[in-house]
Amino acid sequence: MNGADTAFVLISAALVMVMTPGLAFFYGGMVRVKSALNMLMMSFVSLGIVSVLWVLYGYSLAFGSDNGGVIGNFDHIGLKGIDVTTLTDGKEGIPVFAFVFFQLMFAVLTPALMSGALADRVKFSAWALFIALWVTFVYFPVAHWVWAEGGWLFELEVIDFAGGTAVHINAGIGALAAVLVIGKRIGFRKDAMRPHSLPLVMLGAALLWFGWFGFNAGSALAADGTAATMALNTQVATGAAMLGWLAYERVRHGAFTTLGAASGAVAGLVAITPSGAHVNAMGAILIGLAAGALCSWAVSLKFKLGYDDSLDVVGVHLVGGVVGTLLVGVLAIDGVGGASQLGKQAVGAFSVMAFSFVVSWLLARLVQATVGFRAAEDDEVAGLDQAFHAETAYDSSAAGGSAARGTAPVHGAAGSETGKQTRKVDA
Amino acid sequence: MKLITAVIKPHRLEEVKEALQAFGVQGLTVTEASGYGRQRGHTEVYRGAEYTVDLVPKVRIEVLAEDEDAEQLIEVVVKASRTGKIGDGKVWSLPVDTAVRVRTGERGPDAL
Repeated sequence: MNGADTAFVLISAALVMVMTPGLAFFYGGMVRVKSALNMLMMSFVSLGIVSVLWVLYGYSLAFGSDNGGVIGNFDHIGLKGIDVTTLTDGKEGIPVFAFVFFQLMFAVLTPALMSGALADRVKFSAWALFIALWVTFVYFPVAHWVWAEGGWLFELEVIDFAGGTAVHINAGIGALAAVLVIGKRIGFRKDAMRPHSLPLVMLGAALLWFGWFGFNAGSALAADGTAATMALNTQVATGAAMLGWLAYERVRHGAFTTLGAASGAVAGLVAITPSGAHVNAMGAILIGLAAGALCSWAVSLKFKLGYDDSLDVVGVHLVGGVVGTLLVGVLAIDGVGGASQLGKQAVGAFSVMAFSFVVSWLLARLVQATVGFRAAEDDEVAGLDQAFHAETAYDSSAAGGSAARGTAPVHGAAGSETGKQTRKVDA
Repeated sequence: MKLITAVIKPHRLEEVKEALQAFGVQGLTVTEASGYGRQRGHTEVYRGAEYTVDLVPKVRIEVLAEDEDAEQLIEVVVKASRTGKIGDGKVWSLPVDTAVRVRTGERGPDAL
């Protein structure tokens, strides 16, 4: 076992974990106050659901022995057959548990990415069910295609170093399919739906940026030169993408916006994910600039085409993922680039798009037809925080003096005859 | 008696307060307000989507004054709140029937 590599992968996995709450804040700040907690929860709950499913059967389906290039098997259900002495093959020599843990974080993040597209209008329980179905029927198979030995895109030598195809294109197109089933928010294009807290958005983007070093560099599965290249390129491309987005905005709208800086950074992180191990720092700058400007342009498509991708998951993750996945065919410096690689990259990107779109659409329809995906109109208008979580994000009456006073909980009364009662606070 | 109401830019509040104190005004009421005049509001941009925000933040100041002081008081408020830029606000006055000091029950000019 290689201790340095193992330590690196474990730390990287912990960094990737931070991306999911980071994403929750990134999205949470962009929605209106009345549904801010629901937005946080839609991402956060993925840490619960997917972590469990990953151990139960997810790892086995994604990385178990291949069946026809499309899916793993059930040999490692409940992580059967793996113990503390089991090491990955080849040069890595890290415990399989470290790899399982690292890949778990990817499986958690990917469905959470889609939540931004459905902001403010779906039932929380239905969303939880959708996550469970989606990772099972979309993410685990696609992860197998791209990363598992025997997976058909892996064998085709499609480059997806850290998840441009399996994570970002997959989530972006899945979000689009779900949005088409769910429909638009009430008031889309009529009401102002401004972000309620840009500082939260910036905090979330910063956490994503930080965690992404684990996401990208950790994908080397070794503390080596590839990891170092990836870490450096991640930083450079992200910086360039932020500048690309800001420049586009300044020309088109006359201001350098905070939301633009945060969004541009995320677009750059997405774009460098598949490609960063195969380009030099100059290539990373080009990829970043292209992703920043293109994604900034792409987010306006929803108004032209009329779909309500609330927080631009399609514009940022799908478009950013495609930019990075294709550009590696053009900008690779280690002999893997060229026309034939570009063709392979396109096959990878578009086959995942087609598969994910169709299955995601079917799953969303299934949820819609059975438990109902869309929240009740009253709940949507009043805000989902109260409807599904019995909470509010901000209590402006807490400072005192407000008429909006609640009743005090009865402490320590469980089991007593009066345990169910609450009493009024004395005025 | 007159009620003088001024809707002004929030950052001029300190100057107006100081000017009123210097004039000898004993009390005033300040409320956060929002609104627009001829300049309308402003535009915000979020990922290319432009939102027109009509109502801009203002401060509303109310002062009760005796009839003979009213004109001069209006001048004091106008001078202290003016920046010369668009959106400086408005000042107006209304006749007041009566005023009562709650603690003592005094009425009219004695209540000011």
